[in-house]
Amino acid sequence: MRRLGSGARHLDCSVTGVYLRLEGITKSFPGILANSNIHLEVGRGEILALLGENGAGKSTLMKVLYGFYRPDAGTISIDGRPVVLDSPSDAIRAGIGMVFQSFMLIPAFSVAENIALALPRLGVWLDSGQIRERLRDLASRYGLAADADAKVWQLSGGEQQRVEILKLLVSGARILILDEPTSVLAPHEVDGLFTVLRTLRDDGYTIVFITHKLREVMAIADRITVLRKGSVVGTVPRDGTSEEDLAEMLVGLRDVRATSFSRAAQASEARTVLSVDDVSVRGERGRAGLSHVSLHVDAGEIGGVAGVTGNGQSELGEVVLGRLSPDHGHVYLEDVDVTRWSTAKILAHGVGVIPEDPLRMGVAPGLTVTENMVLNERRRFMPGAGLYADWRAIRRAIEARIENFGLAIPRLTLPVGTLSGGNVQRLLLLREIGRRPKLLVAFYPTRGLDIAATRMAHDLLVAARNAGAAILVVSEDLDELFALCDRLVVFSRGTVVGTFKSGDVDAVEVGLRMTGGGKREAWSPSPA
Amino acid sequence: MVALARVIDSRVLVQLRLLGMAGLAFVVVGAFLVLFGKNPLLAYAEIFRGALGTSYGASEVIVRAIPLMLCAVATALPARMGLVNVGPEGQLHAGALAVTWGALTFGALPRPVFLPALVALGLLGGAIGAFVPALLRVKVGVNETISTLLLNYVIVLLVEHMVRGPWKDPMSFNWPYTPEFPDAARLSTYWGTRIHAGLWFALAAILLFYFTLRFTRWGYELRVIGDNPEAAGRAGIPIGRYTLLAMSIGGALAGLAGMAEICAIQGRLRPGISTGFGYTGFLVSWLALHHPLGIVVMAILLGVLSVGGDSIQISLGLPYATVNIITSLIFFIVLGSRFRRRATA
Amino acid sequence: MLGLLYAVVGGGIRAGTPILYATLGEVIAERAGIVNLGVEGAILAGACAGFITTAHTQNPWLGIAAAALAGGAASLVHAFMVVTLRANQIASGLALMFLCLGVTSFVGRPYVAVKINAVPQLAIPGLSDIPVVGGLFFQHDALVYGAYLLAPLIWIVLTFTKWGLALRAVGERPDVAFAAGLSPAAIQYAAVVAGGILAGLAGAHLSLAYARSWVEGMSNGRGFIAVALVIFATWHPLRSVVGALVFGAVFALQLQIQARGVALSPYFLDMTPYLLTLAGLLLWGRTRRYAMPEALKSVFEGVT
Repeated sequence: MRRLGSGARHLDCSVTGVYLRLEGITKSFPGILANSNIHLEVGRGEILALLGENGAGKSTLMKVLYGFYRPDAGTISIDGRPVVLDSPSDAIRAGIGMVFQSFMLIPAFSVAENIALALPRLGVWLDSGQIRERLRDLASRYGLAADADAKVWQLSGGEQQRVEILKLLVSGARILILDEPTSVLAPHEVDGLFTVLRTLRDDGYTIVFITHKLREVMAIADRITVLRKGSVVGTVPRDGTSEEDLAEMLVGLRDVRATSFSRAAQASEARTVLSVDDVSVRGERGRAGLSHVSLHVDAGEIGGVAGVTGNGQSELGEVVLGRLSPDHGHVYLEDVDVTRWSTAKILAHGVGVIPEDPLRMGVAPGLTVTENMVLNERRRFMPGAGLYADWRAIRRAIEARIENFGLAIPRLTLPVGTLSGGNVQRLLLLREIGRRPKLLVAFYPTRGLDIAATRMAHDLLVAARNAGAAILVVSEDLDELFALCDRLVVFSRGTVVGTFKSGDVDAVEVGLRMTGGGKREAWSPSPA
Repeated sequence: MVALARVIDSRVLVQLRLLGMAGLAFVVVGAFLVLFGKNPLLAYAEIFRGALGTSYGASEVIVRAIPLMLCAVATALPARMGLVNVGPEGQLHAGALAVTWGALTFGALPRPVFLPALVALGLLGGAIGAFVPALLRVKVGVNETISTLLLNYVIVLLVEHMVRGPWKDPMSFNWPYTPEFPDAARLSTYWGTRIHAGLWFALAAILLFYFTLRFTRWGYELRVIGDNPEAAGRAGIPIGRYTLLAMSIGGALAGLAGMAEICAIQGRLRPGISTGFGYTGFLVSWLALHHPLGIVVMAILLGVLSVGGDSIQISLGLPYATVNIITSLIFFIVLGSRFRRRATA
Repeated sequence: MLGLLYAVVGGGIRAGTPILYATLGEVIAERAGIVNLGVEGAILAGACAGFITTAHTQNPWLGIAAAALAGGAASLVHAFMVVTLRANQIASGLALMFLCLGVTSFVGRPYVAVKINAVPQLAIPGLSDIPVVGGLFFQHDALVYGAYLLAPLIWIVLTFTKWGLALRAVGERPDVAFAAGLSPAAIQYAAVVAGGILAGLAGAHLSLAYARSWVEGMSNGRGFIAVALVIFATWHPLRSVVGALVFGAVFALQLQIQARGVALSPYFLDMTPYLLTLAGLLLWGRTRRYAMPEALKSVFEGVT
């Protein structure tokens, strides 16, 4: 059991009464085989976990199942009958419902209107009385309460997820697919979700739960199918496996445990580079507020910000970068008050940034790699009045810099839009660290990167730290934060709820703080 | 080197394909003409003959290409940062208004002072005409397409008011125009044709546009905004300032076209100094995909159609609108094909 | 003074009619996530087709039908460009405007001084006899009543029916609508064409009832005013009525001032609708953003 071959492994776990069956599903995109000959079976009243790392092919498979993509080969059958799914409406008709990671809800619509959209055989006139009744009915049965008149944008992530599940139920779905459903939830909300899912399972629903978190798999799944590099590695019953076994199946024959970095000796005179002092920002529609946030990062230190996405981390970044003016408090860079500085001035002052969404926020996809590499050093490469840009010289300088870091970057004359997500992230890391910033603000620095690239990113960050930079890493991934950071600040609802030195704290403690100290509210099933 | 060759190759290919598709417009309009009992071949032959068959026709093509090039750059410069300036028509008239004010006010200045002053006034007038919608966009978030369209009506009506009211030539027997400008306010014309010094303005504008985009930090930052405003803002590029700047410079060039039209062609301000040069210039820019060299080519092409349109009107009794239909169909084709090009890139 | 008020209100209702049709049409298209600046062209197409048909048949009803058809057909081109080919919405709308301007001026040229049977006045029995009010509100042509009845009808359909829900869903989040099993493309086609039909009716009212003649480019920016009005009206059909009435009143007032020989440049008067629109955008452009269908934000605010 400890050693795994490359071939698929099927323990005895045949299902009685298979409801959904995928046979030989293959789907490729130019240059990528996303799904290769995938077999999968789920029974009625069963929860199947689909486990795989980022890029293992889970999302593609689910999109095939939801009619977004047409498979190159393979068949899907439901209740023994083969079905062809060419569009989401085919999938809906076949009784398949899906909760996406980014919710398929219309923020400007009320809950009732969103539910109405999902109703099959909706009458010409919207009957809000009928919708309300269905909602009340489902609320009492599964503990899924929702205010029919509330606009979706007013709801929290957990509440929105509840509306998503309600939508599937009213649409008559018998197969529920949930794509990383816990990523938007605080840990205490996760329990609530699991309770709902178990109730649904016991009611005969077929549930596919997509995740990369082992703990959740062990908590909720009846059986587990593991995907790696587009293929099924194996399917095992929950009771016959362990987190360690699953971890091995997930990543293959390699060390599962996160690498830990040796810390550089702290510079003796720890100089504070970034200091955020009692900053408050009013929250608005669609954006969290900040309330009396204070933190600091020293030179030669990596400070981490842990928190569930949407708890004010983005806003903290915006304030530091001068894109959002705080209502209260100050931001200092090396003791200079930069609170009212423009973004341009702050960037020019030696602040680097890896934004949350690199392709959308960090690069101009239609411009070449060279042109993108100089984006934050425009005045350096095009000095003076900026009336003559010697692109040939600029390209040579960029080439030299890339060589310095010993990194491969695709041809400099290519438009950045043609690069893969991993390469864009690599370009950004190189661009920002290559500037030798005093302060680097890095949002989710390894999101979308494979394991090798993640290691490279971590190496780059640590090297920059060792060279004396102050680095602020914002991440949801506690493993990453623990591996990288010298100090950790925990965010919840726009406030700092804990500051820790690395080694003084464990993941459970941080997780608890991230979610407001384990108060149970949002997801607790409503009394029937 | 290989990459460069490929880029050139693909550009040439795109242009060739566009040209082929532009042919489609002529086929469609041909069918349309047949439907109305006209002979399309005769019409196309007449357009060609009228515009390029005589040296007069050819010179008129250049004369019309001058304001078209200037107005096209007026659209193209903001377009490269993602703004849609449909206002060159209004900005051209705004420039003409400012120039006329100067010409009527400082009638006695010597030419070497007078002409540059009028050029400056033309630039200024056009710039103001475009600065207003730019400011509305930056300060209040008003969409610049709608505001420039509306301002076109306003400014053209203002010209109507001025030439029929305060600035009307008392000797004009009720014709709506201003007194003729003094000779010192006239731009030179060349070779016994109506080709005038505005040609140098237009070519300079195109060169400057090319150089600025390719080889200056300003052009670079402008292109970043056009490609991804979100990333540009995060990189600290002041988008608002660029909006004001690009629109104003564009408007200034359209104003310069207005200056050239009244100081070289008309010699006075009157309604109809522009036969839709602003709108056609807008089309030139879009047909050229906002590229400088393309603007020259397209301005000449639409100049040919414009002169040819006059000649089919005179010799065949076909409406001038025929060439407008051809132009707008080509516009549709280019818009549709841009999508395909991007999708296959 | 009272006479002036009477003339402005009555004239405003009439002059506001084409603007109301065009605005309602644009509301429908924009609620489905498509901006159609070609509405200016669709008005012209409607005005021209309606006029020519009426000139030949002397039947204004056939003219109205032809106008609706022409407006719808013109907008179909826009739908094809932006939905199927995914062309830039602003640019395609302008292209449609240019095309319609060209085609109508070509086709309409022989009809410039032609006389036609205008859309007849239709006094509502009973109501039209009420003093003052009857004359103001119940003695108009059929297209006027149609416009003001259409506004609540469109509001009801958009708000309370599944078609309206589907259309609004597409205008907010086409991806969500698609996942819900709707066809955003089909819905957007339908919305743009429906909007074009209404713009065609706007044109019909202009040429067959209001001006009773065909003049090249006679829409004179009314389509663009309608696009701006949609913003003031926060994409709401009922509020569109208010906006259309205000603009109608401005047009009517303009005629009255000119008729009464007030010493004001007619060109300044002609500017007022455009300046008023700009002033409206200036005052409300920002504050009305909250109501904008989400899918439109990228069209209107490419660069911010």
